[in-house]
Amino acid sequence: MAPNRARFIALGTAAGMVTLLVAACGSSSPSSPSSSAPIVIGTSLSLSGDFSADGQAYDRGYKLWASDVNKAGGILGRKVKLIIKNDNSDPTTADTNYTDLITVDHVNLLFGPFSSLLTAPTAEVAHRYGFAFIEGAGGAPIVFDEKLPNVFDVSLPVANELDPFTAWIKSLPASQRPTTAAYPMANDPFATPQVELAQSQLQPLGIKTVYSKIFPEETPDYLPNADLVAAAKPQLVVLGSTDVPTVASFMHGFEAQHFLPKAFIAAAGPDQGAAFTSAVGVANANGMMVPDAWYPGYDNAASKKMVAEYVAEYGGTASDVNSDVAEAYSVGQITAEAVDHLKTTDGAKIVAYLHSGVTLSSVQGPVQFNSLGENVKAIAFIFQWQNGKFVQVLPANAAGSVKILYPKPAWSS
Amino acid sequence: MASEIGLALATGILGGGVYALMAAGLTLVFGVLDIINVAQGILVVLGAYLSYVLSVHLHIDLLVGLLITVPAMFVIGVVIYWLFIRPLRGAERTSMTLLACFAVALIIEGILYREFGSNYVSLNAWYTTASLHVIDFYLPDIYLIGFGLAIATVIALYLILYQTKFGRAVRATMQNQTAARLVGIDTNRVAALTFGIGTGVTAVGGMVYGAISGGFTPNSGYDLISRLLAIVILAGMGSIGGAMAAAVFMTTVEAFVDIWQPDWSVVVFYLAMVIVLTVRPQGLFGRSAARAQ
Repeated sequence: MAPNRARFIALGTAAGMVTLLVAACGSSSPSSPSSSAPIVIGTSLSLSGDFSADGQAYDRGYKLWASDVNKAGGILGRKVKLIIKNDNSDPTTADTNYTDLITVDHVNLLFGPFSSLLTAPTAEVAHRYGFAFIEGAGGAPIVFDEKLPNVFDVSLPVANELDPFTAWIKSLPASQRPTTAAYPMANDPFATPQVELAQSQLQPLGIKTVYSKIFPEETPDYLPNADLVAAAKPQLVVLGSTDVPTVASFMHGFEAQHFLPKAFIAAAGPDQGAAFTSAVGVANANGMMVPDAWYPGYDNAASKKMVAEYVAEYGGTASDVNSDVAEAYSVGQITAEAVDHLKTTDGAKIVAYLHSGVTLSSVQGPVQFNSLGENVKAIAFIFQWQNGKFVQVLPANAAGSVKILYPKPAWSS
Repeated sequence: MASEIGLALATGILGGGVYALMAAGLTLVFGVLDIINVAQGILVVLGAYLSYVLSVHLHIDLLVGLLITVPAMFVIGVVIYWLFIRPLRGAERTSMTLLACFAVALIIEGILYREFGSNYVSLNAWYTTASLHVIDFYLPDIYLIGFGLAIATVIALYLILYQTKFGRAVRATMQNQTAARLVGIDTNRVAALTFGIGTGVTAVGGMVYGAISGGFTPNSGYDLISRLLAIVILAGMGSIGGAMAAAVFMTTVEAFVDIWQPDWSVVVFYLAMVIVLTVRPQGLFGRSAARAQ
């Protein structure tokens, strides 16, 4: 009988542990607010590591939003409290951070991390625990390919960012259109999809591809890659970059090789304001283009207010506010609108609401999600540096667009 | 294609000089002190930040600024040695110094984040975008300068090691620390000065790195350290001239792979190291017998 009794006790203990575990998991899932305690929102950001510049901008964006919301009385009459953990730009750490936020910190809501590379794995964690995962920097196909119902990207889907640019090239008379193009791309889920799509749209126009290669994202020196692009002498360069150093290296390399393309657009880097112009020089920035869905001069009342608050809080000028701040701020806005409407922080209800086709508003403009969680209302713009100013140039007929500078002016140094 | 191959050869060789500059301190410190200084990457970045401060805030040219940053980094190196390395003794010294160097890296990174934030900064001068016309392509001036500085640094280190009394003390310490102590050499002083020289040389590498990288942050050291270790291992730990040759070999291989398949260049960089070490475990220029210490 003793072995049976021992087995019974063991089974009983195991059952008890499972019950406790289930109860613990149950208590960590998002629930409706039931007190005046703060609504706790957790997020993991790249405050150090490769994405630290963007991560810190996101940090400011989230904090600015939380400060604004709390000044206005909070959400559902409750103050908002942010818990921000540093993932050091590492997907595994981000994964652990979100698990901790849910199971240890018992947060009510989650905000997304920076970059698609970190959003893709962490969205699964949020999904496992029944949280809505509203984010602003996970717009690459690898995120939506997971087909998770809880992911909502408030920003522009990455793959289509260059659409206005390719449409403009198509609209040019044949005599003005570039005849050759180069597509150097960093090996990154943000950079490659949009450049590959642009290439597939430009090749049928008769624009011959003279260079199309993917280079490693983490390399201390991009000059050899820039030299090879310059040697191919393309009239158009579409660079799949992820940061300022990549673009700056290519620009320095082109200048050193005395090579000047007629048009030069980079996926990221020229949108980083003073960080970009100080790396390449204001004069050399002239004519450089970058796609984005937002810029500090965006004609939107909430956006203007946010930019003014940012400058008051952190100093600098409006042009120092990069789009990361607006993306992060938008995540907060969309979350608040959903919770305010539903009167609950329940993850399943938020997910259902955001999938209902409702149109919400953010500092980046209107937001409406399709079944994949992409923002179908986001509009792609192309921005360009013109004589020290960062201006909207495409779509040409869009409000706020100025005449595009083409061909690119000569290097100045 | 011919011009691409010529360009790859030129940038490979010249780029190797830049990496040799960054790796020289690492190999010197290992050769004399048996310390694998994993803080070398962040020391390169620290050197770049010092050049940045002098250039942006005091408007001192990057090359002229080396007259200040090299001595400053020398002092920083001596202080690091006395505070973090010297107290470590005993059988666990090698592994403990590894941890101590990692701690130093984290401390420096933290200070740089605090002082400069996480935004990219870059080093600019007229020669960072200028170039020299050779046949049908241009060689960037900053690469030529970096290569020239690398040669000058290797020569200077050889002169110090082989033409001075201090150099004899260094080599004696390198060969047998106990015997060196018995003949009256203050090995602690030699070690501190060697660490200082290694760090001082890194200031030169830091300046050139800052000028070619397009931008750097306090985090940039992590991308560097694995490459620098690979170069030093390939060269044979402790061989300064070997580090130069290994760096040139690695970057040239990488530059050639860039022509056809750039996303494979990093893999080939380390694959070349593995292949060479399989055939010659002591590295290209290392001695087969372990140093007796």
